[in-house]
Amino acid sequence: MARKILAVDDSKTMRDMVTFTLRQAGFDVMEAADGQKALDAMNGSKFDLIITDINMPVMDGITLIKNVRTGTSHRGVPILILTTESDDAKKAAGKSAGATGWLVKPFNPDKLVELVNRVCP
Amino acid sequence: MSLTADQDTLAQFRKTYFEECTELLDALQSNLDLLTNGGADEETLHAIFRSVHSIKGGAGAFGFTALVCFSHVFESLLDAIRERKVEANPEVVGLLLRASDALTDIVNAARGGRTLAADFGADIAAMMEDALGSASEPGPASDAPIAAETKVPGEHRYQILFNPHAELLKKANEPLLLIRQLRRLGGLRVDVDTSRLPPLDRIEPEGAYLGWRFTLDTGVPKSVVHEVFEFVEDDCELTIEAERPATSVAAPEAAIAADDAELSVKPVELAAAAPSQSIRVDVDKVDRLVNLVGELVITQAMLTEQSSLLPPDQYTVLIQGIEALAQSARELQESVMAIRAQPVKSVFARMPRVVRDLAATLGKEVRIVTAGETTEIDKTVIEQLNDPLTHMIRNALDHGIEDPATRTAAGKARQGTIRLSAAQRSGRIIIEIADDGRGINREKVLAKAQQRGLVPAGAALSEEEIDNLIFLPAFSTADVVSNISGRGVGMDVVKRNVQALGGRISVQSRFGEGSRFTLSLPLTLAVLDGMVVSVAKETFIIPLTAIIESLRPRANDIHPVVGRGEVLALRGEYVPLIPLYRCFSISGAIKDPCRGIVIIVQSEHAGRIGVMVDDLIGQQQVVVKSLESNYGSVEGVGGATILGNGRVALILDIERLRIADQPASNPLAATGEAASIVSTVSREETHHAA
Repeated sequence: MARKILAVDDSKTMRDMVTFTLRQAGFDVMEAADGQKALDAMNGSKFDLIITDINMPVMDGITLIKNVRTGTSHRGVPILILTTESDDAKKAAGKSAGATGWLVKPFNPDKLVELVNRVCP
Repeated sequence: MSLTADQDTLAQFRKTYFEECTELLDALQSNLDLLTNGGADEETLHAIFRSVHSIKGGAGAFGFTALVCFSHVFESLLDAIRERKVEANPEVVGLLLRASDALTDIVNAARGGRTLAADFGADIAAMMEDALGSASEPGPASDAPIAAETKVPGEHRYQILFNPHAELLKKANEPLLLIRQLRRLGGLRVDVDTSRLPPLDRIEPEGAYLGWRFTLDTGVPKSVVHEVFEFVEDDCELTIEAERPATSVAAPEAAIAADDAELSVKPVELAAAAPSQSIRVDVDKVDRLVNLVGELVITQAMLTEQSSLLPPDQYTVLIQGIEALAQSARELQESVMAIRAQPVKSVFARMPRVVRDLAATLGKEVRIVTAGETTEIDKTVIEQLNDPLTHMIRNALDHGIEDPATRTAAGKARQGTIRLSAAQRSGRIIIEIADDGRGINREKVLAKAQQRGLVPAGAALSEEEIDNLIFLPAFSTADVVSNISGRGVGMDVVKRNVQALGGRISVQSRFGEGSRFTLSLPLTLAVLDGMVVSVAKETFIIPLTAIIESLRPRANDIHPVVGRGEVLALRGEYVPLIPLYRCFSISGAIKDPCRGIVIIVQSEHAGRIGVMVDDLIGQQQVVVKSLESNYGSVEGVGGATILGNGRVALILDIERLRIADQPASNPLAATGEAASIVSTVSREETHHAA
């Protein structure tokens, strides 16, 4: 069965690109426009991987990660942060919140797929 | 893979891709310029390679065949150059420049949807093929002009030690996947260390108990091996050591050289990967921003305090608004502080060299392991951290780590290890320098301290107190004065530097097993943890880092000393008292120490002193404002802050407080003269060390 991925980003373009790339690669992708919507989605389904933006309205990516890591349903699920900030601060913030890894936007589609395979058993 | 999408989506994807191409081509051009001018290092070559590689990767996704073909040849040649299979002689560099121009043309054609002549760039591609082809023939070893000292052969063996922490697993990183990735790089031997595995009934389901040692034979450079652990570096113990099986003598040197190259890689890599995502800003502008935010926070605190006096039921909206303002102001302050923050990597990166050079001089075998390099700290703190850190590393090497023979005799590994780590813990940065050397010889330290009159004979000191004697001025246990650490080691200088940064330093040691120095530093110098105290109607701030305790003395503990004011007998020690009302000529203050409060602070020059105040108001974080630009240097005052009620409070400078109250002819403290002599000595030593 195809692995199920939740793509969280407030930018539709970015969501589309992630979704598109991952569907091409054979993954099952669902989208959420912010952290809160992502948590809602996780209440209904079980995902194998979460890819999230950092800066989002309503609930940002860092808060989302903290919620996931302290919750029960997706505690051990890998989370990739997708960020335009290539600075170490954002990575470190994401990392200390519990992110598994990161990818800097704009991303190379191959790199995204490689990364997903790298963190998602 | 390639993408097939509807036109709008694709157009959007393309736009992003071409924007990226522009950045990559710019970076490529500037790095090629460096190469032309001979200013290129190992990392420049990697950056050049990556630019072309990324352009190729994206081109593949959009099916720009001509672009893929050309960049593929280009990339292969660049790969051969960075792997030292092809020499970057002027002829080859000229070819690279032409190829870069052609690549730009091809990218622009793809962007504009134009078709170039079928054989466009074919001549350059053919020349690049030729250059590649000649490399595969076995030729004489070429002396590569660039960074020849970091030249490494194609086949490497890496020894990788990997001990995941529980944190790594909590973040859903999976060691098995890392192992699989390593296996893709080459021949891998995996040894698992199960020694930490507890009995079944004591296993925590979320604990990390296994460690691994990998032996990897591969053609890839160390940076690629490092990349495998990119996401887990901070959550594990990791060492990657290159070894060249063929050579013996030069091997450790090469390993360290590779380390250096590795350390210098990252900042450049970041700069090259995303040139348009960071902007260069004058530090003055940032400081101005920090200052303004400081003002804003003060105003906000004032509003909050005033609003608390209003009846909440009548001013609901106003009070809510002020609460929201407080939240935003706090976040704004944090964000602005983050601009000034930099990873400690820039300081840590210099240490392997210090260790290597010094180890060679001393004939010791030492390796340095660093962790937490991405921990961020204020730029000013970073700049001032280099000296103390270098000093301590040198000390660890000179006095801590034994020579190989002694180590072997003591049953230790020949090679000593110095661990340098940084982490953020409850609003402060903790930096640890640990060595597995001989540790502090407490008997020797105590004897020396007694001999120098720093400790009264027969005084009973705890182990911790003895260890901390090494921070006293003019203290040294080195029997032979070496030219490595200077005379007297200068741990007092280190301590003073650290305290000047608002930091604390402590040492833990186990004789024969090693020492660990712990620095605790504030995230920023612009904010200070202070104790707010009052003297009559005036308010002062005492930096919390200087305070040992506060108490209300009993009358029979206070002893007047003729011509020297009063001293307080505190557990057998005489502590000079400094009445703040006298320092700052404040009338209406409490003059009897037994009715006020005495705050015992640690001063570097005169040990403990008791600052007399009327009352303690509370502990508070304050924004430090410099007085110097407007008022010049004021004795005993380190700065000022504005409190929530809008009033100005002076921040005391403990080091200079004594002097403010004490004319040179009238030393207040019984220890005054001794202290001034000691400080003169330590200053001289600083000069020697420099």
